[in-house]
Amino acid sequence: MIRAKGITLRYGAKTILDRLDFQARPTALTAIVGPNGSGKTTLLKALTGETPCTGDVTVAGYDIAVTPAWQLASVRAVLPQSTPMSFPFQAIEVVRLGLGQGLSQDARLPYRALARVGLTGYEARFYQELSGGEQQRVQLARVLCQVWEPMVAGQPRWLFLDEPVSSLDIGHQLQVMRIARDYADAGGGVVAVMHDLNLSAMFADQVVLMRSGRIVADGRVDLVLTDENLSDAYDCPVRTRRPPPSSDWYLLPQAAVQPDVA
Amino acid sequence: MVVDRRQRARQLHGILALVLVAVSITSLAVGASGTSLWRALWSLAMGAGTTTTEAVILWEIRAPRTLLGACVGAALAVSGAVMQGLFRNPLADPGLLGVSAGAGLGALLAIVVGGALPFGMAGVFGDALLPVMAFVGAWASMMVLYAVATRSGRTSVATMLLAGIALGALTGAISGLLIFHADDLQLRELTFWQLGSLAGSSWAKVLIAGPVVLLATLIATTLARGLNGLALGEASAHHIGINVQRTKNIAILAVSAATGAAVAVSGGIGFVGIVVPHLLRLATGPDHHGLLVNSALLGASLLLMADIISRFVVAPAELPIGIVTAVLGAPFFLWILLRRRSVVDL
Repeated sequence: MIRAKGITLRYGAKTILDRLDFQARPTALTAIVGPNGSGKTTLLKALTGETPCTGDVTVAGYDIAVTPAWQLASVRAVLPQSTPMSFPFQAIEVVRLGLGQGLSQDARLPYRALARVGLTGYEARFYQELSGGEQQRVQLARVLCQVWEPMVAGQPRWLFLDEPVSSLDIGHQLQVMRIARDYADAGGGVVAVMHDLNLSAMFADQVVLMRSGRIVADGRVDLVLTDENLSDAYDCPVRTRRPPPSSDWYLLPQAAVQPDVA
Repeated sequence: MVVDRRQRARQLHGILALVLVAVSITSLAVGASGTSLWRALWSLAMGAGTTTTEAVILWEIRAPRTLLGACVGAALAVSGAVMQGLFRNPLADPGLLGVSAGAGLGALLAIVVGGALPFGMAGVFGDALLPVMAFVGAWASMMVLYAVATRSGRTSVATMLLAGIALGALTGAISGLLIFHADDLQLRELTFWQLGSLAGSSWAKVLIAGPVVLLATLIATTLARGLNGLALGEASAHHIGINVQRTKNIAILAVSAATGAAVAVSGGIGFVGIVVPHLLRLATGPDHHGLLVNSALLGASLLLMADIISRFVVAPAELPIGIVTAVLGAPFFLWILLRRRSVVDL
């Protein structure tokens, strides 16, 4: 489990997170959504220990405020929005950074991780010469490398993803979301900050809707992503549809939808 | 299967070690006096004792000079590699960013006002006062530099370079003040710092610099994983399990010790720290596991080569080695800037 209780974070006089309670369970993909500046990324940073905050956060039973970095790294990995690198690392070398210090590490793992994100053949390519989307997938491979097995000794491990699909085309968006979905289905836990509500509706088990540093709705997709909740949170009329026969969700801002078609 | 650059880096250990041995033998064998290494060794072996001219030149002049050159070269190159890893920037270098100048200021303080330093330091440290002060100077510069140039885990290149310039100017001004107050005897000693030279090499200096450089290099090699992780940024380094604060503290101490030791015995020799790691990254990539050891080996070899050149260019006089490294290194630095213009993004 991931449990956060009463987390508050202020930059100067501005309150970014306001006494938040948050929970995420393993075997589930939890999507954190909300408008720009609502505190999604900051919440993720608080959960990963990147930004210190008041309140308690535990990940897989570890209090992140006092747990050493190496121990946290063995139970959770974090994908930032973007990762600029200053030296000419090859893709495979970047992925290898996700391996721990243990000698028993599988040397083939970085290659498998690159293959998992569809970048076989990119091993010797220089990171700086890759497109933004390719860089993002190399970093995802690194993150997967770090916590490759979703369960270790019966304990789930965690992926934290900050806008994992923001620089990807739709094909790769689906691929990355599928990887996250599979990780949760195999027993691990995934917490992802998402901009794309449709992908969130399609892949998430739990959705956390934020606005102005608070969680305004939290729960199953169909209970959180309602016209009313979304219109309130995003300050624009939104209508959700669930057309037969697929029954997949899709959401559109109201202005783009012909009225009364349904 | 992709060529594993880590393996190439390990193979390079052996090659560079052989190169260092060859350059060291050359350094022992050549010099203004024309003394032959083989004749000197022969006369030593024949039991002629260590009093022959050849033996004295070999043992009292060339041997300590060669060892000291290797130590200083290794120290500067490793300092450069660690600083670049710490600042996540290939342009960081103890000479460019005022860390050597800070060490030099510490050394100047020891020479000019040594007896007046607080806490009875002169008495406590005795002959070690100068290197200790050089270390303190380098450390203080590193701390200021890091504090100014790095904000929430990211280093701004422009701020880093400007902070280095400001730091260099400040230490230069204070150094000037000290020189203004120095007496003639001190002045002669001071001139040595500004040029950078191995001419004053002695076994005593080898004993000061050698152990510190060795220790700093050994400690630096334990930082490889941490520095690799820092290439992802501080936050991601933490996320992959690196104790970021400890890595930074150790890196700053190792750089200060190595730079301090190098400056204490040889003055300000520039550009080794920027040229060596850059060449090695071109050959074997930026992974610090191989890079740090290779930097030490190549740095030692390059400085000895520069020293050999400095003995011949204006023979029978000799050029301060700092001039040789600057003449070779500065254009190289400009070439790096030219190649990386788009990446550096000032």
